[in-house]
Amino acid sequence: MALHAAVKGKLISVIGDEDTCVGFLLGGIGEINKNRHPNFMVVDKNTAVSEIEECFKRFVKRDDIDIILINQNVAELIRHVIDAHTAPVPSVLEIPSKDHPYDASKDSILRRAKGMFNPDDLVR
Amino acid sequence: MSGKDRLAIFPSRGAQMLMKARLAGAQKGHGLLKKKADALQVRFRLILSKIIETKTLMGEVMKEAAFSLAEAKFTTGEFNQVVLQNVTKAQIKIRSKKDNVAGVTLPIFESYQDGSDTYELAGLARGGQQLAKLKKNFQSAVKLLVELASLQTSFVTLDEVIKITNRRVNAIEHVIIPRLERTLAYIISELDELEREEFYRLKKIQDKKKIIKDKAEAKKQALLAAGLAGQDERDIANLLDEGDEDLLF
Repeated sequence: MALHAAVKGKLISVIGDEDTCVGFLLGGIGEINKNRHPNFMVVDKNTAVSEIEECFKRFVKRDDIDIILINQNVAELIRHVIDAHTAPVPSVLEIPSKDHPYDASKDSILRRAKGMFNPDDLVR
Repeated sequence: MSGKDRLAIFPSRGAQMLMKARLAGAQKGHGLLKKKADALQVRFRLILSKIIETKTLMGEVMKEAAFSLAEAKFTTGEFNQVVLQNVTKAQIKIRSKKDNVAGVTLPIFESYQDGSDTYELAGLARGGQQLAKLKKNFQSAVKLLVELASLQTSFVTLDEVIKITNRRVNAIEHVIIPRLERTLAYIISELDELEREEFYRLKKIQDKKKIIKDKAEAKKQALLAAGLAGQDERDIANLLDEGDEDLLF
């Protein structure tokens, strides 16, 4: 099974604002599969939270996606869904967006680590 | 935790040997698991510090990428919709390898180029250089993010495994070993008890035998004292006359 996974290339998916998506698409990660489902989702201020949630769950279910990139401000909206996702694959990465700087204290993973270490201590 | 909490086993030599073997096994297993937990913990701390380092680096790279996007937009004009509509096949894909840490498989992601650039012609009219720079920036960001993703996946997996291992170590240390020790102590005390009983029984039997012997001796002595002459006469008569007739040929 591991060999099979290694043979077939997996995708990176993006959930984020328009600029983030455009940037990563230009970086060359975008793909639309046979059923015309893209592997990215553009979130603007009119997008409903339930829509993001559903999209995130769909990406998690897809077996050709290994990494999900999500803007941190978007991740904040669906924090409970992200916290509920504990499986190692696909791994969910929170990335800073253009107008929201990165805040390490909000990250699901780093928060899990906080019991053992103080992330701020290790940076310095 | 009372003294009652022990294995239900019949106290015998065989059971004692069995328990001793199991105790030795449990102690060995405890040592091995503890070593494993330590090895995992070392790796875990390494990964955690790397994650934090990479996350800070990611902040910088993303900032730069966002800035180059703004630059490209300034020179090229609005191209968001064009890019969003022209998605076909992914150029950067991921393959995963397996890494092994103390019997735990950790997936390692690796990005690779597959197929040609979909947006080769974007920015042909103007701003091509900015767009090329933008693409480069985002590609390096993707590389970094893939690295971060594998670190994070390892982190999650290791976290889980460490928890399980620690639970096992504690279970062996605080439940299984004390229980085996209690069982052993119980068996030993029972065996001692049996041995004492046996010893007492032997003593008792010896005493009984001695009493019987003494009684017999005393009786003989009394008889001897009472009818010494008579018995002697009879003894002599008995010696002379064996009670069978003389044989004449």
